[in-house]
Amino acid sequence: MGAQLRVYKRRIKSVTATKKITKAMEMISASRIVKAQRKVAASTPYATELTRAVTSVATGSNTKHPLTTEAESPARAAVLLLTSDRGLAGGYSSNAIKTAARLTERLRGEGKEVDTYIVGRKGVAYYGFREMKISDSWTGFTDNPSYANAKDVAAPLIEAIEKETAEGGVDELHIVFTEFVSMLTQTPVDGRLLPLSLDEAKAEAEGGTKDELLPLFDFEPSAEDVLDALLPRYVESRIYNALLQAAASEHASRRKAMKSATDNAGDLIHTYTRLANAARQADITQEISEIVGGASALADATAGSDY
Amino acid sequence: MAAELHVELVAADRQVWSGEANLVVARTTSGDIGVMPGHQPLLGVLESGPVTIRTNEGTVVAAVHGGFISFADNKLSLLAEIAELADEIDAQRAERALERAKADDDAAAERRAEVRLRAVAVR
Repeated sequence: MGAQLRVYKRRIKSVTATKKITKAMEMISASRIVKAQRKVAASTPYATELTRAVTSVATGSNTKHPLTTEAESPARAAVLLLTSDRGLAGGYSSNAIKTAARLTERLRGEGKEVDTYIVGRKGVAYYGFREMKISDSWTGFTDNPSYANAKDVAAPLIEAIEKETAEGGVDELHIVFTEFVSMLTQTPVDGRLLPLSLDEAKAEAEGGTKDELLPLFDFEPSAEDVLDALLPRYVESRIYNALLQAAASEHASRRKAMKSATDNAGDLIHTYTRLANAARQADITQEISEIVGGASALADATAGSDY
Repeated sequence: MAAELHVELVAADRQVWSGEANLVVARTTSGDIGVMPGHQPLLGVLESGPVTIRTNEGTVVAAVHGGFISFADNKLSLLAEIAELADEIDAQRAERALERAKADDDAAAERRAEVRLRAVAVR
């Protein structure tokens, strides 16, 4: 076998092995998207009911609460960034990081200090490598988050927002995550969780269509206590929802990345097979012409000796 | 047939129960409260404890660990971080959890196990 042919054969073998791996990853991700989507759907009733409750308390009473009132001059904001733990998901993490960077830039432009909180190993690695400050980080659950994880993430954020700004507390809470639009589209979005903008929450609770009056509620034990108990749960549930959507997006973009990797591997194998065939043909042609050349040389030599 | 109210019992990660009921009894921080159809709009903070939902077909009992009760327009929602129907609770497992929690001095876990057992007892 010719040397060239051997090189091609080796390449084909290694690409085939890679293709098998990427194909397997693609199928695993595809099956996990469905599971992740189901979890998003299952968490929706709680989020909707909670949003409705928050809206009705906040609009139905004149209660002032640090979580609903805008600070007069916000000086510090917290940004929660959701990235993935593992790579091979295309631009998933880097797109989220870029969105967070833009948001941070904007907030700094408004004269606010920014505290960054990160979920996912990729984001932590990015910030760590550039020696940017991370206030807190969590890793190890991005592909299948549970409500307990959301609580862990929410706890320090709620604590920070309840503290006075002078003592290191924050005035605003922003979240950056990748929204799951469809199987093919996932867009990184940034949104403000707190202080609550009531119009937004209201539109969300009512589906943004009808403008019904909210009933006057009887609070048990009191409006303040209800709000005190309600808002941390609201933050947790929003973070939980964001975590779930981010997980679904992560799987979807990994599936997409792995699908194109598999396709590319297929193309490569195709090209190399063609090249290997050409090399084999060239070898054969050369051998034949060598044999023919040798035979005719022999024939010439014997013909010459007859005379 | 008496008027009915629509009940949604939802936990953070799933919908636990939904349907029509005649009476819902739950424990708020200021005491037990019973809600019947046509009640005044209400929003309360729930304590950990069993919730009883009385329907035409029978009684549904659930163990609820913290959360909220909200009632408006004849629709009642019970929101809880963790909620389980009494039918889903494994009494033996809850008892074991209670013993373990007592041994570990874990007050929160002990309380959760107690609530589960009470819900099973009510059933």
